[in-house]
Amino acid sequence: MNTALLYALVGAGLFFLGLYALIVHAHLLRKILAINVMGSGVFLVLVALAARTGEAAPDPVPHAMVITGIVVAVSATALALALALRVQAETGRAELPEEPLE
Amino acid sequence: MAREPGGEKIVNPNPMMSNGNNCQRLFRLLLGLLLAVLAAGLGYVLSSLPSPAPGLSKPVAEHLEASGVSNPVTAVLLNYRAYDTLLELGVLLLAPLGVWSLGVAARHREPLVDPVLDMLARLLVPMLILVAGYLLWAGAHAPGGAFQAGSVLAAAGVLLLLSGWWPGPAFSGLPLRVSLTAGPGVFLVAGVALMFAGGRMLEYPPPFAGALILLIEAAATWSIGITLAALFAGGRPVAGPHR
Repeated sequence: MNTALLYALVGAGLFFLGLYALIVHAHLLRKILAINVMGSGVFLVLVALAARTGEAAPDPVPHAMVITGIVVAVSATALALALALRVQAETGRAELPEEPLE
Repeated sequence: MAREPGGEKIVNPNPMMSNGNNCQRLFRLLLGLLLAVLAAGLGYVLSSLPSPAPGLSKPVAEHLEASGVSNPVTAVLLNYRAYDTLLELGVLLLAPLGVWSLGVAARHREPLVDPVLDMLARLLVPMLILVAGYLLWAGAHAPGGAFQAGSVLAAAGVLLLLSGWWPGPAFSGLPLRVSLTAGPGVFLVAGVALMFAGGRMLEYPPPFAGALILLIEAAATWSIGITLAALFAGGRPVAGPHR
């Protein structure tokens, strides 16, 4: 097991950890954090898999995608936070309306 | 779960409550098992990928000479996949538009009159601007580039907003909007101008590629920094003298 594979597996684990939290938690801030954890997992997988070139230098294409992805993820998080604040201002609750569990 | 916010609002009788609780626990258990199976499957796929996989690193290295920069990541971002980066900057412009449409920026707290924070901001902000400029310049041949430099610039903006500095009405109007659109704007103008110069969209002629990339990156750095700092402000700036 080499280092790149270890990082990729940790990234996959982070993704599913975030997915679990996204489904389980009702609070919007927790959902936004969960999506961020999922995104970090995806970035980690991409960066780790880029190291499999067999040379010293990694594949630059996934790295370029990740660097733009990080900045776009930050701005999407800001938009999500603004929307969550608006939901709380309108309904008084920082949650989406929940159907009762059958 | 008793800790869930809003859980106490359900006025079900007690037996029903515990029933729902059990249901939720079962749901979480099943969900955890399902996700664990999926994670194991993904882990298996990741570990069975062919190990020496050069990907696109060879074509990138072969054409690096003509790209105008010697850092392969910058070459991919601003040259080979410039169209993709242009659209990313477009997405980055959409985020403040969405935030601005939701409300005005509220100055949540009184400006802190903390001499330590004030001193720190005065010390760090020029340093951060310098680092952003260095990252922008270094991006041509070393790790760095517009996105990293823009993020550092945004950190300076966030620090300023936190320490009570707020852009005056002179900056909140046209200058702010020009700053937000400078990155995608310069990128688009450069791309279309190259079309009229006889090439295809965003096809840099090799002798000018380095200069064009630096120009586009400088505009993108400024835009990214201002965009992220404006997002931190949390709404559109109020017109006129702010209240």
